[in-house]
Amino acid sequence: MIIRGDEPEQVRLIKKLYRPGNYFMQGNEAVAYGAIFAGCRFYAGYPITPSSEIAETMARELPKLGGYYLQMEDEIGSIAAMIGASWTGLKAMTATAGPGFSLMQENIGYAIMTETPVVIVDVQRSGPSTGQATKGAQGDFFQARWGTHGDHSIVAVSPTSGQDAFWEMIRAFNIAEKLRTPVVVLFDGILAHTRELVRIPDIEEVEIAYRKLPENEAEARLPFGDPHGDGVPPMPLFGHGYFTHVTGSTHKENGLRDVYTPEVHDRLVRRLQRKIEQNRKVYEKYEEHFTDDAEILVVSWGVTARPALGAVLRAREEGIKAGLFVPKTVHPFPGERMRELGKRVRAILVPEMNLGQMIIEVERYINDDVLLKGVNKIGGVPLTVEEILREIRGVA
Amino acid sequence: MAREIYSKYPLIKYLRKEALPTALCPGCGGGTVLNAFANAVDQLKIDPRDIVVVGGIGCSAWIASPYFLADTLHTTHGRAIAFATGVKVGLPDKKVVVISGDGDLASIGGNHLIHAARRNVDIKVILVNNFIYGMTGGQVAPTTPFGAKTTTTPYRNIENSLNISETVAAAGASYVARWTTAHVYQLIESIKKALTIKGFSLVEVISQCPVQFGRRNQMKEPAEMLRWFLKNSVPVSKAKNMSEEELRDKFVIGEFVNRERPEFVTELNKLVDEVQEHFGLKGE
Ligand SMILES: Cc1ncc(C[n+]2csc(CCOP(=O)(O)OP(=O)(O)O)c2C)c(N)n1
Ligand code: SF4
Repeated sequence: MIIRGDEPEQVRLIKKLYRPGNYFMQGNEAVAYGAIFAGCRFYAGYPITPSSEIAETMARELPKLGGYYLQMEDEIGSIAAMIGASWTGLKAMTATAGPGFSLMQENIGYAIMTETPVVIVDVQRSGPSTGQATKGAQGDFFQARWGTHGDHSIVAVSPTSGQDAFWEMIRAFNIAEKLRTPVVVLFDGILAHTRELVRIPDIEEVEIAYRKLPENEAEARLPFGDPHGDGVPPMPLFGHGYFTHVTGSTHKENGLRDVYTPEVHDRLVRRLQRKIEQNRKVYEKYEEHFTDDAEILVVSWGVTARPALGAVLRAREEGIKAGLFVPKTVHPFPGERMRELGKRVRAILVPEMNLGQMIIEVERYINDDVLLKGVNKIGGVPLTVEEILREIRGVA
Repeated sequence: MAREIYSKYPLIKYLRKEALPTALCPGCGGGTVLNAFANAVDQLKIDPRDIVVVGGIGCSAWIASPYFLADTLHTTHGRAIAFATGVKVGLPDKKVVVISGDGDLASIGGNHLIHAARRNVDIKVILVNNFIYGMTGGQVAPTTPFGAKTTTTPYRNIENSLNISETVAAAGASYVARWTTAHVYQLIESIKKALTIKGFSLVEVISQCPVQFGRRNQMKEPAEMLRWFLKNSVPVSKAKNMSEEELRDKFVIGEFVNRERPEFVTELNKLVDEVQEHFGLKGE
């Protein structure tokens, strides 16, 4: 079974089930509907607050579309099952939060190494450990980037609202399919449980990407080659008689393990890294507000980007030249744009619901003469417009 | 030279020639298991294009992945059954087979093993039980006999061992059988049954690891280990009337269960059908 999501039958089902229009829904529901519109037809997960409504929505909706919901015995089984399903051609996802995301790390590495398109939603909550189970946070910025071992790149996107989550899920699936790689969606407990207006579009408005399949026998024989020069090998799906061998161990272009030849490892891991780096235009995305003449730049992401925008608007009213830069794809970081903006401003504030994570990325791209300051809050309560504005005034 | 010997082997057509020779030690029971599996596939005339084999990490995981010529998925340690569950959902008409070791499937992967048996997912597990962690150098396993020597139990093993077949039978599998590498024909028959029955099937194979287990337990020759298996095997029917004391250090062999139960992927697809029917979503 290969479900793309844009097949006539799937389009018919979606049109019949989901009328375009405005709905009042939770962020978690928006995540689930975004996945459904992107063509996701396989969900494997294990319940954890604050992500569980994603599972619940998928369990209710997927069977209507001929898709599958599996509640596995744990998060390790969940990510494993979805990687297995992806090799049969199904678009697959899982959703979890802090501790579950930690459990998935080994198989995130496996998905990177075996170039398996999957989407992992991490609804961030306070930590370390079980922390504040019901509260939101932004503490997994680096876990998404460096949680799994070895040299690797990762693509991670982070929505800023329920509406944004709907579209970012579609984008996450499209990136995963185009680059044959896992994509992490860094959501958070606050947006997950906030109910707000979400417009469900007509399915025809949605661009749906699907992984490259081998065009001929020769391509199918090299499931880890690079026949098109873009670093992305066509994916020979299981069940088509190609006798594909897939391993998380270092392998040659034909898939066979070779863990002894340094060149084989070097060639593979460098291509995996290059694949992500050289396809920046597939995933790079950021938002800017008032950056043209900004003297003070606020750099924020995810849930915090919203009070940050509020604060920038209020600052403008007060005559302070503040601007906002919001990376929507947080990994790989939009460093080039950050560098350009950094040259033009006097001060940079980085509000986040953690003790300073994205600020470390920002710092890499700016010069010493710029004042850089984190605005950090932990404890599960979001930063307010007032709290961020106070900091802007402080450096104005 | 190696190629010539292989070409005389009639089942060579089932093997991935470019991956040969295998990395298994001479005399390892893994070769017997691969042979038995290829024979079962051959006798049932199953097209290998209809098979997906999944393995975890360990010597036993290498038996079919990469050596068996089918779609093969070599996964992370312990997770083969969970990966296989996803594969089976996507390819319900294919035979999804897991071949891996006792450490892989019953220790780190024990949770996936019992839950797949409980759900009765139609995957066929050939679990190679060599009482040891072969690949990592002979450390104690959950199957290591009480009192045995390993690199991490240099004085003696003080842990009770896990009875995998009984555990999986209790968890709800459709088919469970146990043989040793000294019972090749029975083993082939059981693998054939497992491949034909609908539901979670486990064939546990007691297998020799002369290099890591035998060497440390006075059986460094593979043949000594096979004699040990033969001498201590007790058919399941006979074992029923034996006391726990009499069964100590014995290998109970034969079929533990063979029964029909609702199968997970079939039920999943039934549910999808029902839901689509209920909401009037079936194609016109
Ligand atoms: C998460 C993880 N932990 C530990 C290991 C190391 N490791 C590799 S194989 C193995 C044991 C394999 O034992 P078994 O499944 O019995 O296979 P055998 O080699 O005996 O056939 C271990 C612990 C690993 N690869 N991954
Ligand atoms: S170490 Fe043991 S299990 Fe591994 S290949 Fe050698 S004999 Fe077989």
